Amino acid sequence: MTDTSTDTGADGNAGADGNAGAGADGNAKAPTRRSLIGWGGAGLALGAAAAGGAVAAARSGDDASPVAAAAGAPIAFHGAHQAGIATPVQDRLHFAAFDVKTDDRDEFVAMLKDWTAAARRMTAGKAVGDGAYGGLAEAPPDDTGEALGLKPSRLTLTIGFGPSLFEKFGLTDSRPEALVDLPQFAGDNLDRARSGGDLCVQACADDPQVAVHAIRNLARIGFGKVAVRWSQLGFGKTSSTTPEEQTPRNLMGFKDGTRNIAGTETDRLKKFVWVGEKDGPEWMAGGSYLVARRIRMHIEPWDRTSLQEQEDIFGRDKGEGAPVGKAKERDKPFLKAMLPDAHVRLAHPDSNHGATILRRGYSFTDGTDGLGRLDAGLFFLAYQRDVREGFIPIQRNLATDALNEYIQHVGSAVFAVPPGVRDADDWWGRALFSKEA
Amino acid sequence: MRPLRLSVVTAATTVAALTAVTGCTEKSSAGEDGVIAVTATDTKCEVSKKEFPAGHIELDIENKGSKVTEVYVLFPDDRVVTERENIGPGTKQKVTAEVKAGEYQIACKPGMKGDGIRQKVTAKGSGKVAKRDPRLDTAVAAYRKYAQAQADETLPLVKVFADAVKDGDVEAAKKAYAPSRIGWERTEPVAESFGDIDPKVDVREDGLEDGQDPEKDWTGWHRLERSLWKDGKLTDRDSELADQLVKDLEDWQNRVGKAEITPTSMANGAKELLDEVATGKVTGEEERYSHTDLVDFKANVEGAEESYELLKSVASENDPELTKELDKQFAALNTLLDKYRADKNGYDFVSYDKVGKDDRKELSDAVNALAEPLSQLAAAVVK
Repeated sequence: MTDTSTDTGADGNAGADGNAGAGADGNAKAPTRRSLIGWGGAGLALGAAAAGGAVAAARSGDDASPVAAAAGAPIAFHGAHQAGIATPVQDRLHFAAFDVKTDDRDEFVAMLKDWTAAARRMTAGKAVGDGAYGGLAEAPPDDTGEALGLKPSRLTLTIGFGPSLFEKFGLTDSRPEALVDLPQFAGDNLDRARSGGDLCVQACADDPQVAVHAIRNLARIGFGKVAVRWSQLGFGKTSSTTPEEQTPRNLMGFKDGTRNIAGTETDRLKKFVWVGEKDGPEWMAGGSYLVARRIRMHIEPWDRTSLQEQEDIFGRDKGEGAPVGKAKERDKPFLKAMLPDAHVRLAHPDSNHGATILRRGYSFTDGTDGLGRLDAGLFFLAYQRDVREGFIPIQRNLATDALNEYIQHVGSAVFAVPPGVRDADDWWGRALFSKEA
Repeated sequence: MRPLRLSVVTAATTVAALTAVTGCTEKSSAGEDGVIAVTATDTKCEVSKKEFPAGHIELDIENKGSKVTEVYVLFPDDRVVTERENIGPGTKQKVTAEVKAGEYQIACKPGMKGDGIRQKVTAKGSGKVAKRDPRLDTAVAAYRKYAQAQADETLPLVKVFADAVKDGDVEAAKKAYAPSRIGWERTEPVAESFGDIDPKVDVREDGLEDGQDPEKDWTGWHRLERSLWKDGKLTDRDSELADQLVKDLEDWQNRVGKAEITPTSMANGAKELLDEVATGKVTGEEERYSHTDLVDFKANVEGAEESYELLKSVASENDPELTKELDKQFAALNTLLDKYRADKNGYDFVSYDKVGKDDRKELSDAVNALAEPLSQLAAAVVK
């Protein structure tokens, strides 16, 4: 629920997807002519889009046709940074946290290699292994099959390693100092069963079936080595990394995170998101740190709140999303015009000594809670160069947030997200696990 | 997941090597080529020809011995093609059958006991016959014996349970309940292949069909489980149900030897036993009143392990990585289960309602860790 703000800049392409086009094995579906026209139509320089694999999708509803064309494209799996961080935010999420079940390091490494190979194929729109049919009739197929015939849908798969992983396999010396266990925050009501995890995979795609398929198949490959601890489906991205798009609304009906870091802002990504070479440890250079929080919204009480109070709580108007006293959503906010406990005021970098994070959260609705209340809210995902300088001070500052009356943090996890997989011989976690124990 | 009770049959029909052939004992117009004279004595079983054309055959049996005998035509895995019982001394009988090209055995059983005196015979035909690794036939035959032995050993335990119910002895019946189910649970995929027996003996209340009355139409173990643990008392109706259970399981005992079993159905049956655990036991749904789920759980794993061990010599040649993984995961699951019983040779497990959420998750993870590679066993067997 933080709102980061800055001047936007469009100085080149996002660093997340350094390689060209599709997967390195070269068999990924080429973008169709129609989709190329679509990209042009979305107002991007075609060359940049193709080279970066970063496809800007206009927010659906406003300009649906370019989205439809671009949504099917693949996003490069290989690159200096993992895709799924600075990549333009896709429409859907399936996030899963896993516990490690083996104490055999070689076995775990073998699984990471198998996962990488499967991720390389799935992000290119291909089936896992020998596919979903045509194999032995007596055995289950390698791929579960529900993504057959679907486009790559800009699927990205992003892996992260939790603090507890470093206790295993003798890796405590490799644990980054920046990967701190999160402190208890005011108002936290965390469910242990929805928190933590030795590792995580964030699957983002424009088609929910593609995202679910990816997690399902990775979980399957992982059986015996890892087990799903908890997972979360998300929809309706609540923040964008593409400032040319309108800021999506959260389930409270508000635009939040208007001035998120854009995927194209190389300088700010370098300053606030990517771990630098001197930050240490070496294996994390080019990586990032992820904080995931399941934030339940008290939807029904919120809906009974007066418009004035709602707008006061956020510090924005509900229609346009403009900061208090301003006319347009993207006008620079004048924080002192807002109430002292307004959300935007407390979350803004100017109130946090410049602390800035990259958000890519999603709304979630897991049905109702047995009392007839919508079990819904925000699945908050924030990437930063150092959790101690990103999420923690911002969240501490939000202790007095007026919004807290209507939300509750019920799940929490933090992960070290290693740098990107460089090429077809590289694999998730190589730099960490290739070190001598 | 496929419905469990179908899969044994389904798997059998997908393997064409030894397609089932129905036997019959009606008079027929078999040509001379198909007639095989069988001379049975108390010590011999002579056949007039050991090779004959595939198709319609006729056995002309003469019992020249002093005991009542029976004659079987068997597949290499001991499955029955056709049989004739009660052939008295000095009498003649005719048996006919349709056989495909392949290897068979003719067995005479003087005194109608034991494995019989056997002769190998071959039906030859133009049609191609897929050759099966003889070790797999041995495995299927051994598994058939195992399934039969489980049924044979189960019946006396069921009678102990039924007698306690009929005596109105709630405590004794509770004690005898879980042990009476072990043999059934170990061989569930085979047991369930008899679609008419399973709903009579092992259905849960939520498994009743629309319009079925739980008081009138619900029979079997779980109905008695409810009386014992939920109601805490036994009625005349429970005595009737106990008798019915014994009767239905005797039916199972008589038919289990004739189940369709193939190497792949054995392999997939092993996986299905783990699926049973994953869907019913690990959730505590199966034994919702008695909470003896871990006894069923262990029995399911034992049954899966039996299938696996019998197929292992072939599977380990085709896919040594897989069998290594399976050995490891079977051991891991068994070690985990041992945490829930004091005596490693006994079946006195912790009541499942005392097993917490985290521990259930751990059990579930261990089941998935085993079931996933186990789903590859069939492929490793037929490779």
